Amino acid sequence: MKILVAIKRVVDYNVRVQVKPDGSGVATDGVKMSINPFDEIAIEEALRIKEQGKADEVVVVTIGSNDSQQQLRTAMAMGADRAILVESDQAVQPLQAAQVLLKVIEQEQPGLVITGKQAIDDDNNQTPQMLATLWNRPQATFASKVEFTGDNQLQVTREVDAGLETIQVELPAVVSTDLRLNEPRFVKLPDIMKAKRKPLDVKAIGDVLPNAEGVAIEVLQHESPQPRQKGIMVESVDELIDILKDKGLVS
Amino acid sequence: MSKVLILAEHNGSQINQSTAKVLTAAKQLNADAIDVVLFAADSGLASQVAALNGVNEVKFVQCADNHDQLAASIAPTVAELGKDYTHVWGPSTTFGKDVMPRVAALLGVNQVSDIMEVIDANTFKRPIYAGNAIITVKTDTAQIVATVRTASYAAEKAMDGSATINESNLENAASHTTYVSLSSGNSDRPDLQTASKVISGGRGVGSEENFKIVYDLADKIGAATGASRAAVDAGYVPNDMQVGQTGKIIAPDLYMCFGISGAIQHLTGIKDAGTIVAINKDADAPIFEVADVGLVGDLFKIIPEMMEKL
Ligand SMILES: Cc1cc2nc3c(=O)[nH]c(=O)nc-3n(C[C@H](O)[C@H](O)[C@H](O)COP(=O)(O)OP(=O)(O)OC[C@H]3O[C@@H](n4cnc5c(N)ncnc54)[C@H](O)[C@@H]3O)c2cc1C
Repeated sequence: MKILVAIKRVVDYNVRVQVKPDGSGVATDGVKMSINPFDEIAIEEALRIKEQGKADEVVVVTIGSNDSQQQLRTAMAMGADRAILVESDQAVQPLQAAQVLLKVIEQEQPGLVITGKQAIDDDNNQTPQMLATLWNRPQATFASKVEFTGDNQLQVTREVDAGLETIQVELPAVVSTDLRLNEPRFVKLPDIMKAKRKPLDVKAIGDVLPNAEGVAIEVLQHESPQPRQKGIMVESVDELIDILKDKGLVS
Repeated sequence: MSKVLILAEHNGSQINQSTAKVLTAAKQLNADAIDVVLFAADSGLASQVAALNGVNEVKFVQCADNHDQLAASIAPTVAELGKDYTHVWGPSTTFGKDVMPRVAALLGVNQVSDIMEVIDANTFKRPIYAGNAIITVKTDTAQIVATVRTASYAAEKAMDGSATINESNLENAASHTTYVSLSSGNSDRPDLQTASKVISGGRGVGSEENFKIVYDLADKIGAATGASRAAVDAGYVPNDMQVGQTGKIIAPDLYMCFGISGAIQHLTGIKDAGTIVAINKDADAPIFEVADVGLVGDLFKIIPEMMEKL
């Protein structure tokens, strides 16, 4: 079985992003870029499945600028076998991303697709569900545990508001990862060298998806969130309780 | 003019407050009609929705075998019904996040995720980058599919509605997906997502046993309990207590946290809280930058003292 992992290059999660003064976007010049943390977990899960002998190839794919090659190389240094870059100078929105990924699926015929539940830049949380829909296959979103149970069946534990929900899906399927699914491995220097020789296929988005359907949502403006008012520091529990009582928050 | 279809959420016996919050947001569209689609086994839930002020019609779709919880089973019906509406909205809870993008894909549109402000029927504000930036977006597709950030809206409380209820049965339940089980870390404490007071603990609490003092304090003041991701990852508390970007986004009147450093991903979850109180032994912890009231000290001394004095 082949596993396809879809990843995205995003501003590193440790960076506190700033809105540009003219409201046209957020400042990304010179900012550290990384694999979306949820996608890193997706890569790790695919590798573990392969290491258990349940898959024989892990292919990573991304849609993005040419710079995204860096993130694909990192994924291959982690252990992915090969990579596909669907090159696009413009940001793609989830519905278009899902259409591109469906084309890649048609080409690659994976038995399982794993991807992060959301990218921490746009926080959309849509692409995996849309992909599963267009592909007409099951989805198991927000996964914190993935187990193979019998032929072609996956049992997935999902992190939901009420606790942990378990569902059973038939393969092929799309799994979207939550943070507690695993802890991604660190890449070692020799693996980075090895990854340089692994195949990385670059395709133009217009060739992969000549006729995208649907329209993009227009972004009119970026702004900084309203800052909270500056608070106060107290010295003692008595002072704290007085304030809480004053505000009517405790009796 | 606008016509809105809202996807209701429930736990089998109770309609989730997220439904009433989406309703509050939908009312800002000045729509001609707001209808609600409900997938459930129990028709009693349909009456609960029908009583919500401002609902015109409840489309109650009866389901068996927990298919009401499965996105693949219910999304086709939501999308089919949605064709008669200008807006098809759900809550940005894990349930809504699972289902609504499927609906959007079936209707051939991108979704507006996490609406926090309605500017007009086509223009909305939503957070990106864990809330570090807010964007204004515009879309004029035939259907606008969206999730509503529930912490941004108060629940519609008036229960004087008398919507008509139309019943049908679920068709095309997915055969490739089955529901197996739900395990809840549920306690008798107030629900974290709707409580007016929340007491949270982080990695600083140190162990599952130590969390007892956090629970005791919560019980003393009638609060729900929450936690940071670090506390959940370390196994001190169940996952449903996590507050933040990947946990619950909450807006209680009082949020009091002990031994939480204040990472941006945690702060995303509490931005809309009325009063944030932070107790941390490190005077430089970033949580103090957002706290309304801060106290530097050891939580193992401060909690017992509060128990005594409250
Ligand atoms: C993509 C992504 C998503 C994330 N989503 C979330 C999320 O949803 N929610 C979330 O919370 N985090 C999330 N995180 C993790 C986040 O970055 C932090 O790692 C996490 O919030 C830290 O938890 P903490 O504050 O409990 O632990 P720490 O940062 O370790 O802080 C512990 C604090 O306890 C204090 N302390 C220790 N002992 C005591 C004592 N005796 N008395 C008083 N204070 C004491 C310390 O001074 C310290 O400030 C996410 C991270 C990523 C990458």
